[in-house]
Amino acid sequence: MTSIAPPGPDTLVARRPEVEWSPAAGAERPPSRRRGNRSAAIELGSCALASLAFIWLLFTIAGLSAPFGFVVCWYLLFLVSYAVLSNSLHGRLVMKDRLATIGVWSGSLVAGLALAAVIGFVVFKGAPVAFAKFPHFWTTDMTRGGAATPVTSVGAGAAIMGSVEQVGIAALFSVPLAILTAVYLVESQSVLAKIVRNIVDAMTGTPSIIAGLFVYLIWVQPHGVNGKSGVAAAVALTVLMLPLTTRASMEVIKVIPGGLREAALGLGAPPWRVVLQVVVPTARTGLITAAILGVARTTGETAEVLFTAGGNQRYNLNPVHGWQDDLPLRIYELIGQPSLNAIREAWGVAFVLVSVVLAFFVLSRSVGSSGRGTLISRLLRAARRPTIGDTP
Amino acid sequence: MTTTATLTAPLPPGSVDDTPITFSSGHSSADRAFFGLLACSAGIVLMLLVALVVFLFAHGWWALVHFNVRFFTGTVWSAPLEPGVLGLLVGSVEIGLVALFFAFPISIFTALMIVEFAPPPLRRTLTALIDLLATVPSIVYGFWGLEALTVWVQSPVSWLAKYFGFIPIFRTLEPGRFDDSIFICGLIVAIMIIPVITSISREVMSQAPREACEGALALGGTRWGMITDVILPFSRSGIVGATLLGFSRALGETIAVLLILSANNQVTAAILGPDGGSVTKQIAAFFPTSSPNGQSELTLAALTLFATTLIFSLGGRLVVQGGLRRRRS
Repeated sequence: MTSIAPPGPDTLVARRPEVEWSPAAGAERPPSRRRGNRSAAIELGSCALASLAFIWLLFTIAGLSAPFGFVVCWYLLFLVSYAVLSNSLHGRLVMKDRLATIGVWSGSLVAGLALAAVIGFVVFKGAPVAFAKFPHFWTTDMTRGGAATPVTSVGAGAAIMGSVEQVGIAALFSVPLAILTAVYLVESQSVLAKIVRNIVDAMTGTPSIIAGLFVYLIWVQPHGVNGKSGVAAAVALTVLMLPLTTRASMEVIKVIPGGLREAALGLGAPPWRVVLQVVVPTARTGLITAAILGVARTTGETAEVLFTAGGNQRYNLNPVHGWQDDLPLRIYELIGQPSLNAIREAWGVAFVLVSVVLAFFVLSRSVGSSGRGTLISRLLRAARRPTIGDTP
Repeated sequence: MTTTATLTAPLPPGSVDDTPITFSSGHSSADRAFFGLLACSAGIVLMLLVALVVFLFAHGWWALVHFNVRFFTGTVWSAPLEPGVLGLLVGSVEIGLVALFFAFPISIFTALMIVEFAPPPLRRTLTALIDLLATVPSIVYGFWGLEALTVWVQSPVSWLAKYFGFIPIFRTLEPGRFDDSIFICGLIVAIMIIPVITSISREVMSQAPREACEGALALGGTRWGMITDVILPFSRSGIVGATLLGFSRALGETIAVLLILSANNQVTAAILGPDGGSVTKQIAAFFPTSSPNGQSELTLAALTLFATTLIFSLGGRLVVQGGLRRRRS
């Protein structure tokens, strides 16, 4: 072709569709991604269906009715058949890959199912109790409860107020202390910082009963009957909340770029102003998230308040005097009672507790996702913006 | 950071890397006061732990002196005359092992799912769900276990006991009584430690070198091949550390165990039956009503548990950090 005429621009244009159209080239084209996925999906689906049908037949013939066993047998047979099929069609490596994929998916499915089962069960059991005559359950105390009285005559109001006060006081103690400590642990390289860093790590894993035991021995027991109070519970909660919040705040402060600090120092700011006006404001939303998460985790802690809050059926708004109720403790005490109504009420209180904790969780998520990225990126952008005299 | 520095020109000594400057405390009086305040707050945290340990130790001193080694080696806990903490610890460890048996594979698979398999929008949701799992209060898990899980697992467990009862751990002395066993405690605690193991291993796995992963895929490896040859070897120490941390968390779990387990506390290998004690359960159930001597014994038991969890959690953290540091350098 080249010997007849030099290839002009139109021959080039004409040639391209020729290559595209030739059947040989089309045959060599790799199979498209979607087609591969479809055949894999067909193999997967047919294995699942075939094993389901087989197990169903087997269970019907044998006259078995065990839902759990049915699912397990189905799953196992499905794995085996899928492995055999993949092995014969695609070889050993693909079989391993596919089995692993199935394992990964079912593993995370089980984790999700567990969460859904817990929360779904609490909502299913608790929501009818908590929303019967709506604000009633959230405001009334437990005084009119009894084996014969209906569930709707009592409420979790006293427990809610107790929890609010105890967790509030604990947050008041621990959040400022935790943020100051976290700043120190990140900024300082001293021996004390090293020791405290390890101690915070160690305390994060402390069994919660030990914090309760500590406050019981140091405060409650020496003071006799009056020892149990909201403040005692708050102190016990602080022992748990302090390391949690400190660790989370440290993570937040650690990711602040060193350049920001150096810029401020380079402009002549003294270190304390760098910390207060650059480091902490930059980390602000992250610190708020850390504090909220600490509050969420602390609200549900039972072992600490078991020995320290005392529990109270009626309202006691005074945290320093008298026994006080709170949500986890109320659930625990209701579970211990023999009547069926008490269990229903316990589900109601559990619903209140879970919804409070979930609200905190969602709040921390939304604060974290809306704020953290934008603040840091805004600062970085501001730092990168060329100023007058910057251009050469 | 250090690798880039060595790869490019060697930096002159004293030049500024991206690591923040360390502050010397001698700038001005305001600085000294401010950092003194910070150090004070750190000191309070330090004092808190020291006070906790010292106080518990002081209360457990009587039991330590009175029973000495017998306290730690005795396998029967019958306070106040014959307290043997080993008997209780064995129950706690059994619960922890059952929990790990279920939580370990689920957590590793979930972490792999988040890091490698899930499409990006699902990744964030899954991470949030795992965090949510950590936020649900333990009393709710315990209550759910008592009311729902014990009923749901009744038939599989009785099947296991019926046909596999010849294996020592599935043997049952009281047939038909499966609702307050170490096994069920372990199941509930497993749900509670899934977030611990998952979040740490996810973090470690996501730091696996991307270029090595892509290299494995480019050489024609399957995704699973990439995971077994690149990601898992890289994050092995992280996974081990995460497992240790999860185990220590399982040992310290109180309320769920207290709600489920019966009042018995015998050392038993039969995890489906109602026997079996736990340190945390014993403390939570009996501490306020015990005699002073009994309280001293329980305090010493608490300290023993504290030390055990501390060994596991600090060990786990060291393994995680050591592994990461070795990879980075």
